[in-house]
Amino acid sequence: MSGLAPADPGPDRALVLEGIGLRLGGRSLVEGLDLTVPPGEVVTLMGPSGVGKSSLLDFVCGTLDPAFEASGRVRLAGRELTGLPPERRAVGILFQDDLLFPHLSVAENLAFGIPPSVRGRRRRRARVAEALAEAGLAGFESRDPATLSGGQRARVALFRTLLAEPRALLLDEPFGKLDVALRDRVRRFVFDHARARALPTLLVTHDPADARAAGGPRVELSTPGMQQFG
Amino acid sequence: MGATLRRLSEPARPAAGAPALRLPGTGDWTRPVPALTLTLFLLPIGAGLLGTLLPAFGWLPALGGRALGLGPWRALFAEPGLGRAVLVSLVSGVGGSVAALAVVVLFCAGCHRSRLFRRLRVVLAPLLAVPHAAVAIGLAFLIAPSGLLARLVSPWATGWTLPPDVAMVNDPWGLALGLGLAVKELPFLLLMTFGALGQVQAAQRLRTARALGYGPATAWLKTVLPAVWPLVRLPFYAVLAYSLSVVDMAIILGPSTPPSLAVLVVRWFYDPDLSLRFVAAAGALLQLALVAGAIGLAALAERLAARLGRRWLAGGGRGGGGRAADLAGRTAALGALGLGLASLLGIALWSVAWRWRYPEALPSVWSAQTWLRHLDALLPTTAVTFGLGLAATLVALALVVGCLEREQRGGRRPGRGALWLLYLPLLVPQVAFLFGVQVLAVRLGLDGGWLALVWSHLLFVLPYVFLALAEPYRALDPRFGRAARCLGAGPDRMLWRIRLPMLLRPLAFAAAVGFAVSVGQYLPTLFAGGGRVATLTTEAVALSAGGDRRVLAVYAFLQTLLPLLAFLAALALPAWRHRRRRGLRLPS
Amino acid sequence: MIETLRWFAVAFGLVLALGGPVAPARAAEPLTWDQALQQARGETVYWNAWAGDERINAYIAWVGERVKALYGITVEQVKLTDTAEAVSRVLAEKAAGKTEDGSVDLVWINGENFATMKENGLLYGPFVRELPNFALVDTRDKPTTLVDFTVPTEGLEAPWGMAKINFIYDSARVHDTPGSIPAFADWAEAHPGRFTYPAPPDFIGSTFLKQVLIELTADADQLQKPVASDSQFARVTAPLWAYLDRLHPSLWRGGRVFPASGPAELQLLDDGELDVAISFYPSEAQSLIDNGRLPKTARVFVLDDGTIGNTHFVAIPFNARAKAAAMVVADFLMSPEAQARKQDPQYWGDDTVLAMDRLTPQQRALFTAIKSGPASLPPDRLGPVLLEPHPTWMTRIEAEWARRYGG
Repeated sequence: MSGLAPADPGPDRALVLEGIGLRLGGRSLVEGLDLTVPPGEVVTLMGPSGVGKSSLLDFVCGTLDPAFEASGRVRLAGRELTGLPPERRAVGILFQDDLLFPHLSVAENLAFGIPPSVRGRRRRRARVAEALAEAGLAGFESRDPATLSGGQRARVALFRTLLAEPRALLLDEPFGKLDVALRDRVRRFVFDHARARALPTLLVTHDPADARAAGGPRVELSTPGMQQFG
Repeated sequence: MGATLRRLSEPARPAAGAPALRLPGTGDWTRPVPALTLTLFLLPIGAGLLGTLLPAFGWLPALGGRALGLGPWRALFAEPGLGRAVLVSLVSGVGGSVAALAVVVLFCAGCHRSRLFRRLRVVLAPLLAVPHAAVAIGLAFLIAPSGLLARLVSPWATGWTLPPDVAMVNDPWGLALGLGLAVKELPFLLLMTFGALGQVQAAQRLRTARALGYGPATAWLKTVLPAVWPLVRLPFYAVLAYSLSVVDMAIILGPSTPPSLAVLVVRWFYDPDLSLRFVAAAGALLQLALVAGAIGLAALAERLAARLGRRWLAGGGRGGGGRAADLAGRTAALGALGLGLASLLGIALWSVAWRWRYPEALPSVWSAQTWLRHLDALLPTTAVTFGLGLAATLVALALVVGCLEREQRGGRRPGRGALWLLYLPLLVPQVAFLFGVQVLAVRLGLDGGWLALVWSHLLFVLPYVFLALAEPYRALDPRFGRAARCLGAGPDRMLWRIRLPMLLRPLAFAAAVGFAVSVGQYLPTLFAGGGRVATLTTEAVALSAGGDRRVLAVYAFLQTLLPLLAFLAALALPAWRHRRRRGLRLPS
Repeated sequence: MIETLRWFAVAFGLVLALGGPVAPARAAEPLTWDQALQQARGETVYWNAWAGDERINAYIAWVGERVKALYGITVEQVKLTDTAEAVSRVLAEKAAGKTEDGSVDLVWINGENFATMKENGLLYGPFVRELPNFALVDTRDKPTTLVDFTVPTEGLEAPWGMAKINFIYDSARVHDTPGSIPAFADWAEAHPGRFTYPAPPDFIGSTFLKQVLIELTADADQLQKPVASDSQFARVTAPLWAYLDRLHPSLWRGGRVFPASGPAELQLLDDGELDVAISFYPSEAQSLIDNGRLPKTARVFVLDDGTIGNTHFVAIPFNARAKAAAMVVADFLMSPEAQARKQDPQYWGDDTVLAMDRLTPQQRALFTAIKSGPASLPPDRLGPVLLEPHPTWMTRIEAEWARRYGG
């Protein structure tokens, strides 16, 4: 991890979706979707529920249920992702629920994300401490995630994802469950960190406020097919 | 599991469009697990049935049987007492399982609002752990004319200075056996029903029906029972099949002249008159037919009940306040469970009694002698029982986790057919295939070895482990797994670091169930162990034929204690491991 | 998966095997005593023995300790509820073509099980003459050590104990005991529900039936030969069935339920459900009193004209793995040390097979030191020994009993 230093926003680090199609049980959800998410930019995907927004994110990170039929290609920083298992895609995702592993402490949750290339207990521990400090949670290492507040959990979840050193970030309605006062702060926190790392970021949401805060282009999904505007 | 097998033979999923979506993790170790599990299951049952089928029609060259014919069947039907033995099987087996089911329905319908209903869930699992033989031994102590119950009220209340001459156990009709089966199977059926209730949104159904003015018991019977039954049907069939063909309990509680069919068949298998082997094989098939017939009849009865029930449902009768049903359900369930617990108490008392004659309500001379004297024999037997249970349970856990993980990775669930396959060892009477299995094991030089023993236990341990683990495994939020994968964990690291630790509680529970099932196995140990391997259960059943009641009590006590400890461990281990993890605590 | 495939292959192999020929049992040259002693060390003997009596199991465990110390042999008791299980096992092995490395090394046996194994060539031997302690056996005054239920043992089984029918009662409750089989029926009618016998084919139940038959039939000598014909069987046994028809209504549970075994019947005696029970070991009553399993007031009686006595043996199956060690164990069972302990009511309480006049004074002293206790009858008051009928009678009687009363 390289702190908050701005990274090179070169166009070759974009997340590119080409001709994506998703079908479930013969029903077409997404057809021929082309989308480019430039580094440091947040593209917002909106649309009614059941339209396949989340499935699209699953497809991008490689965890799509095999019951779906999918077509199209995903490239990230020039690298072909289609066909790779999720753990080799370097695509981070945040869900509506923080999904902190309940059997692990806060530090263990964070360490789970750190790549094995970071060797040595001390170095890994230092990474965790650094991240906690950055998240304003210094000293929280041994805490049980179940004892944290919603905002704290959201921050831990974000940093767990960032510690895995992703090259793109997917956000699956990650602010939906936070109360209004908190939502704005967490949202800004996430977007700031994503931009600071120049991550191409794809946001799925119902909330127009999310889209406004994201500030990037907006894509409306409808079934079947789609239009792009904004 | 079946679905996976089918999938193996299907053409690859059509790749719609350019780079086909590949399942991650080629070279995945879970891929062959369902097929392997099925093979481990079906092979011995199939080979065993064949090894029974052929001699039943006269084919067993080692004994000079080289011509197929109906000779064994004629001999079978000429056996004295056959008709009576079949009748005893039916009375005890059908009676016992139907009684257990009736208590379950009565209790659920009558008491579903009570605190007892929620509390019972907690004690059920340990009760489930008590081996069949121990229940039978304890019950025999309890209800015999000179048993604990009679002693408590004699002679001051009954005037019985000598025990009354009434056949309370080993009665000619197998009623005591039926009672024992009902007491033993009740916790299992209750547990399966409780599990099913959670899946059918029973509370919502009840709210709706109550709002329409239905009494609580009527509401349960009319709106919940029809939804729950399909989920309880297979477990009930398993109980029915088991009850009809039980051997260890029948030896202890059933009549002896003649005994039930299953005991008769085992006797024939072991008779020094070798020609009876053919009769035994035919008898084993008759046992199979009996079970198949009973299940068929149960299915017919179910249709009939459904037709009549529909009319009753549409009739609109609201039923009363349910006070009577509540009382009846409470009495029946607590009565049966109380009998079970009192049996265990009797076992504990006898194990520390030195002199305890009728009509003394408590031993007149207490002593730890029986325990101390048999320590040398108890320790290795307990060790074997423990080791066998542990081995079978671990293998079963590995296979079940493999199958369930395959299901997750493959993204498809097995259908109803697979569930039937899973239940197969519980539906086919043990005597019908274990003899064939024994011949196979001898042939391969495996009999009496650990491989054969663990394998034979596995047949019965695995289905229960699967039943215990499948729901929690499938219910675990799949997004945890996805989150782990997106954090860079491969499928195996995700399994070991995330999924299994999060499932520690159900895993431990499933292991305890499997262990308890293994500890209770009688016939499989007898056959696969070549009689040379003594477990607490085989010892207890052997001693029940007469022996020293105090020694029998010691074995029965240990036989009960071992699975109980396993259940305690299953509660304690996750609680300790997760003591600082509020998110994994049991909702209280 | 390779394992799995192999199993499939094996399963089909089994089908073929069931149809294929089975290797005949090889009649190997029996071991000499010296060879046996040499090979025995380190071997494990799987001794298949009826295990319905904890005292006997404890005795067998003691034998294990002794032969471990003396010869380095390990004894594992395979606990049976019926000796026929072991016969069946050896047979299953023969059926599967397993002519060596069988699972049964030694089996406690007599009567019909011996006859079956002998007839089917399932026994190893003759080996008994090789055993040095066999010379001490009283083959003259105890002819049943050589003839088992009229079947000559021919050195295929080694004797290790004498059994004799006797009856145990509680002297605190019962003051009149019958002296003959007819008197038994009168006694039972006077005390309904207070006597029974174990259900045949339990050996004590079957022996009681033979006792009745010997005492009531006019043709007792015909019992020493195999059953000749159905009509002969019907004629000879008619008094037995007439007697049982009369006796059963006054038995425990009206003769509709029978205890499963001898020890089960003795338990009923202690429970107060019975007044009289049958025993096969003359000192069993004393032994059970000492063990807290019968009241101190338990006593023993026998019938005036004698009761059935027999000998029990150990034999070695043809395919036993540890034949040498099994021979050494069989020899130890006939040693004065083992026999004296067996006669001691504290441990078991049945009579020795040895001849006192063939023992050294020290060896004799082992037997004279045994305290018999008030519930044991001295040998001179045990009454005459009646000989067992040929096993065919027992088989036929058990079948007929099952036909008449078992359904």
